[in-house]
Amino acid sequence: MSKDNQILEDLTAKEYEHGWSVNFETDEAPLGLNEDIIRWISTKKEEPSWLLEWRLKAFKTWQAMSEPEWANVHYAKMDLQALRYYSAPKQSKKPKNINEVDPELIAIYERLGISLNEQKRLQGIAIDVVLDSVSVATTFKETLGKLGIIFCSFSEAVKEHPDLVKKYLGSVVPMTDNYYAALNAAVFSDGSFCYIPKGVRCPMELSTYFRINAANTGQFERTLIVADDSSYVSYLEGCTAPQRDENQLHAAVVEIYAGAHAEVKYSTVQNWFPGDKDGKGGIYNFVTKRGICAGDHSKISWTQVETGSAVTWKYPSCILKGDYSIGEFYSVAVTNNYQQADTGTKMIHIGKNTKSRIVSKGISAGKSQNSYRGQVQVMKRAHNARNFSQCDSLLMGDQCGAHTFPYIDIANPSAKVEHEATTSKIGEDQIFYCNQRGIATEDAVALIVNGYAKEVLNQLPMEFAVEAQKLLALTLEGSVG
Amino acid sequence: MSTLTQPEFVLGLFEAAPASFSSLRQLGKESFYAQGLPALKSEEYKFTPIAKKLENSITEFSPAEQVTISAEQVKSAIFPGFEGVVLVFSNGYFLPQLSSNSEGLTIHSLSEKENTPLGSIADAAKDPFTALNQATFVDGIHISIAKKISIESPILLLQFHQAKGGQVISPRIWIEAGDFSKATFIDYHISLDDAPYFVNKVVEIKGGINADLTYHSLQQEHNQVIEVSNLVTDIQKDSQFTSTQITLSGDMVRNNLTLNLLGSNSVGNMYGVYLLNGKTHVDNHTNVDHTIPHAESNELYKGILADQSRGVFNGKIFVRQIAQKTNAFQQNNNILLSEDAIINTKPQLEIWADDVKCSHGCTVGQLDEEALFYLQARGIDKITARGLLLYAFAGEVLDKIEVESLQKFIVNQIQERLGSNF
Repeated sequence: MSKDNQILEDLTAKEYEHGWSVNFETDEAPLGLNEDIIRWISTKKEEPSWLLEWRLKAFKTWQAMSEPEWANVHYAKMDLQALRYYSAPKQSKKPKNINEVDPELIAIYERLGISLNEQKRLQGIAIDVVLDSVSVATTFKETLGKLGIIFCSFSEAVKEHPDLVKKYLGSVVPMTDNYYAALNAAVFSDGSFCYIPKGVRCPMELSTYFRINAANTGQFERTLIVADDSSYVSYLEGCTAPQRDENQLHAAVVEIYAGAHAEVKYSTVQNWFPGDKDGKGGIYNFVTKRGICAGDHSKISWTQVETGSAVTWKYPSCILKGDYSIGEFYSVAVTNNYQQADTGTKMIHIGKNTKSRIVSKGISAGKSQNSYRGQVQVMKRAHNARNFSQCDSLLMGDQCGAHTFPYIDIANPSAKVEHEATTSKIGEDQIFYCNQRGIATEDAVALIVNGYAKEVLNQLPMEFAVEAQKLLALTLEGSVG
Repeated sequence: MSTLTQPEFVLGLFEAAPASFSSLRQLGKESFYAQGLPALKSEEYKFTPIAKKLENSITEFSPAEQVTISAEQVKSAIFPGFEGVVLVFSNGYFLPQLSSNSEGLTIHSLSEKENTPLGSIADAAKDPFTALNQATFVDGIHISIAKKISIESPILLLQFHQAKGGQVISPRIWIEAGDFSKATFIDYHISLDDAPYFVNKVVEIKGGINADLTYHSLQQEHNQVIEVSNLVTDIQKDSQFTSTQITLSGDMVRNNLTLNLLGSNSVGNMYGVYLLNGKTHVDNHTNVDHTIPHAESNELYKGILADQSRGVFNGKIFVRQIAQKTNAFQQNNNILLSEDAIINTKPQLEIWADDVKCSHGCTVGQLDEEALFYLQARGIDKITARGLLLYAFAGEVLDKIEVESLQKFIVNQIQERLGSNF
């Protein structure tokens, strides 16, 4: 036991590897939040008046709302007036190609192991880099442009494709949806916009790396993905953040629209600063992600690997409106130390013959709390809806918790809904078996956890799967006590 | 706390409360006011708008008076083949003259047993209806089973209900079982006419070490009855407690079942069947609290919903940090038979310990068309075939009822209903 504790000590003492920040000048909004700040942001971003009005309306809605408290997480409330709602890396002009990007920025990504140059050479992925709220480089735009695919920063989309943005913005996550979605709608700084035209299969995986950099900056991205009829896109989102002592708020909104026969695959690896081993600092991750299968035979698939953040509050959902539409949710959520995660999904079956599948794997270690909260709703007219949910929890250490809150609301007799969940300790016999064969406990845990999460990891695109496996092993090494 | 529904309309109940247990009632009243009736958005009562139901259906918020019950009524109410102790109640008042007794069993009406530590097991602060009952119950029963006594024949709590003015009936039952004792209870409510009323029942069971207790509850009052039932039990070391909850009718029924596993090597079993038609709304909330290591809980609830009925199931397994080596299993299966039936189910696990085995499963579906066809192909008509299959579905729970006469009585009723067009 003492040896295990030693290992645990060593590992939990390990500082966050991606914890550093680079100093560069930022163009910052004054502290606080009021109508003037929103106008300030809007002016700064040279936005059209309709968007400013939309923001102000969202702000009014937000003012009338109160912070949700139903989630199974406990944290010190943030003073939203003490935040800065906009900070952009200062640049005299927009870079046209990668060579013009601030070399210091490039250095950040190199340290993270995702150098843009490298990526550019690999030719596989187009990356829209969001660093502190403003997109600084967009690659492969031209290749995509030939197919009619629009993949750009949100602010660019507002300027160049106002009709599309106007049509779909807020159509899946309305500004009135919840407290953080309303806040995001009021102050969102930038994000990504993606449009796949009819019948186009996007030839590469679209990817955005998010980073939070300047202190006291809430990051409010907004992502909008529109897949028109019979199109296909696979979208990747990954994040790391430097170490901070104060909690940083991240309230993003992701909206996905899938037309008839369209398919959208959205994968996330989230590794924001989780706070140190005493639970100090860390990111508050309050995200609203939702997709609508608007057309018949459409499909939206969410895959997430959540290892970071001090507090996570995230429920990627699917509204299955079109007949024969399919929603999928694959999730691995790992919590260690004092992390708290309340995550899950919602599958709303509205159309006929809709199907959904939920696979959620929670792993808790240290003093962390990991909750699955999900809803499967079958509306009255959703004939022959089918759902299968599986939520497993793996516990390591006697001070952590794993909780399951599945809501199953069925109003149609032809629905077939199954839910199963298990909670158990990591198998000591399995660890022993590995030890016997000369595999160290740490490696054994990584092996077992990766096996346990395999069903989800298999869903990730290859580049991500490799990263995710490393991340899992790194987060959990030695947490067996 | 949740947003309050101003409970003005229940004021009459407080005014009519008897003088006995005055400090306890005061606490209940304060606790009720602190909580209020559950509002629409209250998480615990999310799908069961009970406050609204009460406001609309219950005309007179005063305690229903005792009605006269004859020996014949008692005789005809007891189901065939039953042998055991019978305890008769009229609107919550205990009627000793019509009741029987058995060796090792001490029975008192609550009004003559003012030292009963009511509220020590069912915490008024945790549920507004428990608080309301604590403040306003009129009478009830104190049952005590002596140490090392095994009462082999079942004890039937025969509760007659009749409230012509649509009043409130607040039964209160206190059971304490000595160490190494054994007993089986059957809680059976009978409506004497079809006027609406509200039953707000609280049952507290204080178990001894190595006790073996079973509590069967059969709800089949008429379809105007609103009922909230709270059963809370403390389960000690080496003990076993089993509850079966059969609900066949009612307007809106809410059952809160709380099992506190307080001693190691204890076992808590929760079984239930709800067979609903018409507009019946049944909400089963179970909560098992594993407070110590080496305990086990099992739960199986099955529901069949027809017409415009609505079923709610919320099963919570709570495993505290010290409760290592816990085994907890939970299962909820539902069959929807009609377009308008709704089921809301939430099998919930809250686990704070690591060395545990916990699982829950939940399904919602319909009858297997192929099985139905198989039976029809062999000359069994559709309705009978469906009845057979549904009975087989519910049978898994019904088999757990060990009192033969009760099991037969329930099975007959269920078969009759399933065999016809519901």
